[in-house]
Amino acid sequence: MSKPLIEIQDLKKTYRVGEVNVDALRGVNLDVAEGEFLAIVGHSGSGKSTLFNILGGLTPATSGKIRIGEQNLLGLSDLELTKLRRGTVGFVFQKYNLLPTLNARDNIALSASLSGQDNFQKEWFQRILRELNIEKRLEHKPRAMSGGEQQRVAIARALVSHPKILLADEPTGNLDTENSEAVLDILRRLNKTYGQTILMITHNPEAADFADRKVRMRDGRIVEN
Amino acid sequence: MLVVFAIAIQVNLILTLVGMSYGMLNDFQRRSRGVGADIIVRAPGSSVLSMSAPSLKEGMVGFFLQQPHVVDAMGVTVHNMEGFLNSVTGIDLTKFEDFSGGFRYLEGGPWKGKQEILVDDFYAEQRKLKAGSTIKLMNQEWKLAGIVESGKMSRLFMPIDRLQDLISNTGKFSAIYLKLDNPANTDKVVQELKQQEFLKDYPIYSMREFTSLISVENAPGLKPFLNVIVGLAVVVGFLVVFLSMYTAVLERTREIGILKSLGATPMYIVHLLVRETLALSLAGSVLGIGLSYVSQWLIRTLVPASLQMQIVHEWWPTATLIAIGASMIGAVYPGFKAAKQDAIEALAYE
Repeated sequence: MSKPLIEIQDLKKTYRVGEVNVDALRGVNLDVAEGEFLAIVGHSGSGKSTLFNILGGLTPATSGKIRIGEQNLLGLSDLELTKLRRGTVGFVFQKYNLLPTLNARDNIALSASLSGQDNFQKEWFQRILRELNIEKRLEHKPRAMSGGEQQRVAIARALVSHPKILLADEPTGNLDTENSEAVLDILRRLNKTYGQTILMITHNPEAADFADRKVRMRDGRIVEN
Repeated sequence: MLVVFAIAIQVNLILTLVGMSYGMLNDFQRRSRGVGADIIVRAPGSSVLSMSAPSLKEGMVGFFLQQPHVVDAMGVTVHNMEGFLNSVTGIDLTKFEDFSGGFRYLEGGPWKGKQEILVDDFYAEQRKLKAGSTIKLMNQEWKLAGIVESGKMSRLFMPIDRLQDLISNTGKFSAIYLKLDNPANTDKVVQELKQQEFLKDYPIYSMREFTSLISVENAPGLKPFLNVIVGLAVVVGFLVVFLSMYTAVLERTREIGILKSLGATPMYIVHLLVRETLALSLAGSVLGIGLSYVSQWLIRTLVPASLQMQIVHEWWPTATLIAIGASMIGAVYPGFKAAKQDAIEALAYE
C-alpha cells in the first residue's frame, strides 16, 4: 500500500479561552490517500473546523503528528506555514471569502500570483474556467454574482495554484439545493477527472454522500471511519 | 473616499493658512509700490509693517524738498483700523493725485467735503458699499464719495487734516514719500539722508528695499504664528488621517484574513497597504490643492478687503509630504497589527 498523502497521528489541540483550557482535538488519527475525496462530518464543536485550520496551516497543533506529503506541519515557522498555504493547500470557505473590490479574474489571478503561477491564463486556467462554467463571469465583482457563482470562483481560486489538497469548509452552507448540488458535482468531477485530493467538512449528510469516504467527529475525536 | 477627503482637508488647511499669510503681505507690497515713490521716510520706532503714532512734522516735507534730486514729497497720516494690515490713510487728495498719478474712480468721484471718504473696490465689495452710501468709522458718519481701483497705498482714504484732528495729531505725518528726478539716484539719496544727524532715528528706505522687507520673515510674529498654525494643521490633519486609515484598515480585517489564507506574508500585506495609502495620499493632496483654489475664491468673494489669499506653489510639495507622512503612520501601524493578527480571527471578522 502506498504512503498516504496526509498522515495524522494522535493530533491534539488545546485552546486557551480566558483562564480555561478547551480541548478542541483530543487525539485524532487519520490517513488520507492521494486522490481521495473525504468528507469529515460532525456537529458544531466536534473539532472538524479545528482540524481544517490545522491542515491548512492557519493554526498550529498542540501535539501529535501531522504530515502532508513529506512535510511535517508541527514545528513549522509562520513563513513555512505561509508557503504551505500558497502551494500545498487550497481553501474553499462557506462564505466564499472573495475580495470584494476585485473582479472574479483578479481574485483568481491574485491567488496565482501569490503562489508564483505566472502562467495562470494558459491551459490549466482555461480548463478550470470551463469545468466551473465561469468563463463569462470573469469581469464581474462578487456583489454582481450569485452565491453559486461566487463559490465556483472561490473553487477556481483555490485550484489555480495546483494544490495537493483542496480543503472545503461547508462549501454548500450558504447555497440553495440546486447550487449546492452543482458545487458538489464540480468537486466530485474535479476529484474523478483530475485526481484532486479533497477534504470537505460538512454537517450535511447529503453533501457528505458525494465523497468517497466519510469520517465522523465528535468531541474532538474521530468516532466513525 | 472619506480618507481622501480627510487628507484633502489637511492639505487645504495648510495651503490656505500659508496662502493667506503670503497673500496679505504681497497685497501690502503691491499697494506700497502703487504710490509711485522712490523713498519712504517713517516715524521713529515704526516697524516695516506697522505704523507708530504720527510723529513726522509737516515742516520736514519742506526740508526733504530742498535735498538734491528730490522733486516731490508727500506726507500721509495712517490710523490703524480693525484687522491685520487694515488702516485708514489721511491724504491731501490734490497732492496725492499729483504725486501718484491719481486714482481711477470706479464709482463716484473725489471728495468735496471734510466728512467724505474714498474706499477701494475690495473694501466696497466686502462691505457692499456704493458711492453715496453712509458708513460709520471712528464713531463718525461718513459719506462715501467714490470707489477707487485698488492698488494704491490703502483701502480707505480720508482728508488728512480731518484724520489728524480726529486722532489729535494735527500737522503730523506717519510717513513721508519722496520722488526723485531719477530713480537711479535712490540709493545715493537714501545714504545722504541717513547721514543727516537729526534723521538718524528715522527709518529711511528705498521703496525697493521697503517692499522687499515685507515678507513672512520680517512680519513681527508672523513666522512663529505660521509655524504654530501649520503645526496645528499637521496635528489635527494627522489625527483625522490616522483615525480614517485606522478605521479603513480595521474594516478590511476580513480581507487581510483572506489574503493570509491565500499565502500572503505580513510584509506583503503591509506593502499593499503602503501602496494603497500612497495612492490615497496623492489623490487627497491633489484634491486638497484643488480645494485651496476654492478657499481662495471664497475669501476673495466674502472678505476681499480683510483677507487676501495667494496660491503658494512652493508649499504644494511640503503639504503633500506632510499628508503622506501622516497617512503612512496612520496606515502602517494598524496594517502591521492586522497583518500579524491570527488568520482565523481575521476571517471571522464581520
